[in-house]
Amino acid sequence: MIWLTWRQFRAAAAMMAAALAALAAILALTGPGLAHDYSTGIAACTQSGCSDFVRHFFNDHQGPFLAVTAVVLVLPALIGLFWGAPLITRELEAGTHQLVWNQSITRTRWLAVKLALTGVAAMTAAGLGSLAVTWWSSPIDKTATNFPKMGPLLFDTRGIVPIAYAAFAFALGVTVGMLVRRTLPAMAITLAVFVAIQIAMPLLVRPHLLPPTRSTIEITTSNLDDFTMGPDHRIRVSAKPADTGAWVLSSHTVDASGHAIDSIPPSPSLSPSSRACAPQQGLSPCLAEVTRLGYRQQVTYQPSSRFWPFQWYETGIYTALTLGLAGLCFWRIRRRLS
Amino acid sequence: MTAVIEAQGLGKQYGRRWALSDCTLDIPAGRVVGLVGPNGAGKTTLLHLTVGLLAPTSGSIEVLGGRPAANPAQLAKVGFVAQDSPTYAGLRVADHLKLGARLNPGWDAALARDRIERLGLDPARRAGQLSGGQRAQLALTLGIAKRPELLILDEPVAALDPLARREFLQGLMEATAEHELSVVLSSHLVSDLERACDYLIVLVDSRVRVAGEVEELLATHHRLSGPRRDPARLPAGQHVVAASHTDRQTTLIVRTDAPIHDPAWTVSRLSLEDLVLAYMGKSTHTDHNGRNHRPTLEVQR
Repeated sequence: MIWLTWRQFRAAAAMMAAALAALAAILALTGPGLAHDYSTGIAACTQSGCSDFVRHFFNDHQGPFLAVTAVVLVLPALIGLFWGAPLITRELEAGTHQLVWNQSITRTRWLAVKLALTGVAAMTAAGLGSLAVTWWSSPIDKTATNFPKMGPLLFDTRGIVPIAYAAFAFALGVTVGMLVRRTLPAMAITLAVFVAIQIAMPLLVRPHLLPPTRSTIEITTSNLDDFTMGPDHRIRVSAKPADTGAWVLSSHTVDASGHAIDSIPPSPSLSPSSRACAPQQGLSPCLAEVTRLGYRQQVTYQPSSRFWPFQWYETGIYTALTLGLAGLCFWRIRRRLS
Repeated sequence: MTAVIEAQGLGKQYGRRWALSDCTLDIPAGRVVGLVGPNGAGKTTLLHLTVGLLAPTSGSIEVLGGRPAANPAQLAKVGFVAQDSPTYAGLRVADHLKLGARLNPGWDAALARDRIERLGLDPARRAGQLSGGQRAQLALTLGIAKRPELLILDEPVAALDPLARREFLQGLMEATAEHELSVVLSSHLVSDLERACDYLIVLVDSRVRVAGEVEELLATHHRLSGPRRDPARLPAGQHVVAASHTDRQTTLIVRTDAPIHDPAWTVSRLSLEDLVLAYMGKSTHTDHNGRNHRPTLEVQR
């Protein structure tokens, strides 16, 4: 049975291997140079402040960064679509299930071998892809201030979660294929369901895996995210937690009594004509005055130190879903399918 | 003699429709069984129940003493060639033989190789490039080389031209004789089965109309013709299968174990085809000209 599964799967496996090899080759050639540029750049800027270097470094590599991230992002979906959905429907559509189910091997065993072999291949492909991209992109990830390590984009495409996503997408494709029994509708439904779950996960589930950290921070030039003064002299300000890799879930300004406010109301000491906030002075004294008046930024976030725990939790969740779907497949093939 | 197929009140329901209902069969071993009936009569359903591709809605079926497809040993005892002889289009002929060898402990590699050679199939060709007849032969080879005790073929010759049809059936008969197989094959044409079968099942409208040894069926069915009369007034033990009347004459097809002594009848023997057609016609009404409507033929996959 292993032979037959491999014989049917080898063309797809070869294609995937070739694509991954090409990606790996490109990354292997450019990776060391990238790491070198980053380390020399960072070493050179320690005295003068690194924000310019960080910004330029990221802008220079934004294209390839987004490209390789997209590869890891769509890889599980492609696996679900092209390996998962047709796995059974192709047999049903050609009628070959009637041939293979009447050899001296039970359907359960047939399905088990197919699921295991192709599933392991899917996980290997996603694992290798994620590993290569995580390694190659690590200098860029450190400079990607708009894409924090814990944020949805990088969390989904680094580390071990892509492996679990691939396993899940594959099992989803197989299950939908068994229920729908036609390849094209099965592919469409698989894609729709997988995308919906991938959106729901960071939106509804991941923020609550552990209670988020809540902290009230003073607003300074070093953590300032945004500062605007309107024509009515109201100030809108926002700040980020010191942990740059954190995933900020909510952030708002609070006044001295701790109430959340939309913007800081006008006051004499914060007007453009005041000593602190005169435009030619820079922001430092103005922010000091904001702090003296009792305004703080209250942020809730998932700190970057939780990256690996969260990766394991999410891997566990997707593994459980995958096993559940596989169980459904076995139940279905025993009871209903023919 | 043990039974190869034993069914008790077997039925299969799809939604509201019964594809097969109240089917009771007891087929002895060593027969070549023809399963005939119009398209959509439930032949494929019955065969799928026999190989365990379907589970019955009601009743029970035992094949060679076991539940169909219950375990590898049971699967090894029954060979099946499905309708249109599905094969893996992307795999070569040689790959199919390897598939058979890998998945069947009782695989007869020499037999498979010999058959493929004798049929002139190129082992390097992909199954998708074969003609319908060649594909049917490849599927049959897989079924036979597995060395089953019972071989089941669903409309094996439907897609073949007359010559290929003859060759296929001839090959099947040779293999049957050589390996002491029991065979069940279905067809909607009696002529396909006439030469090959020694046991017959007629299935119409999801029900078994008649089942039995061909010789016995031919010996117990007669065509009676004579002056017009009411078929209800026949002696007990004579069952009317089909009746047609003109103004003056009545023609009956009756089943009876006893000889017919009534001198008013002209008694003649039936061909197998006549017999099958008589049973197929029973489910339909007879119009006033005395002609039976054949059950509607429809293509059903």
